[in-house]
Amino acid sequence: MTESRKLRIGFIPLVDAAALIVAVDKGFTAEEGLNVELVREVSWSNVRDKLNIGLFDAAHLLAPVAIASSLGLGHVKVPIITAFGLGLNGNAITVSPELFNALKDAADGDLADPMVSARALARVVMNRKARGEEPLTFGMTFPYSTHNYQLRFWMAAGGVDPDQDVRLIVLPPPYMVESLANKHVDAFCVGAPWNSVAVDLGIGRILHFVSEILERAAEKVLAVRARWAEDNPDMFHKLVRAHGRAAAFVEDEHNHHEVARLLSAPGRIAVEPEVIRRTLDGRLKISPDGTYRSSDRYLMVGRKGAARPDPAQAAWLYAQMVRWGQALMSAEGLAEAKAAFRPDLYDKIIGGSPDLPPSEPADRVGAFTGPAFDPDNIVAHLDGWKIRRR
Amino acid sequence: MDLNVKIVIVDESPVRSAILEEGLREAGFMDVTRIAEMTNLLARIYAIDPDVILIDLENPSRDVLEQMFQVSRIVKRPIAMFVDQSDTASIQASVDAGVASYIVDGLKKERIKHILDTCISRFNAFARLQEELDRTKSALEERKVIDRAKGILMKAKSINEEEAYALLRKTAMNENKKIAEIAQSVITASEMFK
Repeated sequence: MTESRKLRIGFIPLVDAAALIVAVDKGFTAEEGLNVELVREVSWSNVRDKLNIGLFDAAHLLAPVAIASSLGLGHVKVPIITAFGLGLNGNAITVSPELFNALKDAADGDLADPMVSARALARVVMNRKARGEEPLTFGMTFPYSTHNYQLRFWMAAGGVDPDQDVRLIVLPPPYMVESLANKHVDAFCVGAPWNSVAVDLGIGRILHFVSEILERAAEKVLAVRARWAEDNPDMFHKLVRAHGRAAAFVEDEHNHHEVARLLSAPGRIAVEPEVIRRTLDGRLKISPDGTYRSSDRYLMVGRKGAARPDPAQAAWLYAQMVRWGQALMSAEGLAEAKAAFRPDLYDKIIGGSPDLPPSEPADRVGAFTGPAFDPDNIVAHLDGWKIRRR
Repeated sequence: MDLNVKIVIVDESPVRSAILEEGLREAGFMDVTRIAEMTNLLARIYAIDPDVILIDLENPSRDVLEQMFQVSRIVKRPIAMFVDQSDTASIQASVDAGVASYIVDGLKKERIKHILDTCISRFNAFARLQEELDRTKSALEERKVIDRAKGILMKAKSINEEEAYALLRKTAMNENKKIAEIAQSVITASEMFK
């Protein structure tokens, strides 16, 4: 084994950093001859900036941030690529008990159905408006985040305009629970473990797993600068290969106990292993009274082609940026967004099948409603929506 | 030079923001406000309506400011991040020092540079202070550990303080370790024999 330069990789303490943490702490990267230092970060802005200016070689990054950075949205334009998806889905929408009761009263069906809950939300919003009350406030993690788009997608489906009818604010995940408790927000969309923390404290109720809104949404990716991957092909390949092994390890049920223990360590996520375990098992307590809900899609780390970057999902994320006025629609923009996701590199390094299992949605995203999604023609898709910017 | 620039510092550390404030005042900037409370951050910043926002890089609320950068195009004056989006060297220097700055459009570039330079040097000064403090603290800790180990050795081997220290030092040299490490093993071992 040759003495290699130390790689610095930034991450945010969230369960969907599992493959990254396991790759390093279980020694898969070391077995590839890589010397990796994981650096815990407090904000997505920090992760993005440190990756962009070269303080990090790679990072656990929000999939939409990788695209925004490649397009130069919101910050300096630095092309980012990913050859490995760290996870699909994994977020949940949690509401305050008051909002949950209001939704229940307004619902004409089972609230577990996202269309029923979205329509109920529209009624609650209208009633508040009629009474002259403050609009509802929803917390999410970052302007370029799946959380933002998932909330907006769901609300707009029921007739709520996310920019006119409610307030959507960015909240750092560690402040979510407190903000719900002191009524700064009425609901939030965030990754694990924060939804479970709110439920355990008895101040929140999980309304939806985001996989009920979209079956396959690229959540976090293993991001590197395109330049770095070109300049360091050997290290890049080793890094991706180690992640392939780590994802398989995370997905093996027999390892969930060990993975939860690794992730709960002080320098990593630093919460109770049991809370992390729920996410890995896809079985979450959704209500303080002890009701559970299970889904084998809650967080997908390597299963069902989840780790293979899918340009169709990049196209969906770009479509959301256009829909909500963050980006202007252009064919070049769409092409650049898709080019950030590199299944060709995944296939070359890890090998795999471009075909998804038959259980997976044909359009590769699987939204619960809305006009048909074609990654090659997002204009037609966007034109099908009534609520959108511009 | 027009020094009527409204500067907001978002920092939970009172010591560091005091150092920063002082530096900015020395440089002639009089309108400096510190926000230490993170709840409702956006509302507070809108109320002050600053020209420059400086935030500690270790503050999770940095992501909140990114949202302001987006919505400001609609509701307030535009805000640009860092000095100049293409000025990677400045971004690097400021990230290295641990500070991010958000600048409202329309400020002259030379003036921003001045503010940022002050900021970077002050943040670095704070980091040096912190380091010194940490060093002093750990030196104190080490001395406590060595004193305890000396006591144990003096009692167990009926030797005086000087001899106990010499023994620790000799063992440390032989084992190529720090005296404090050897002292810690003496304490650990003696606890196991209790």
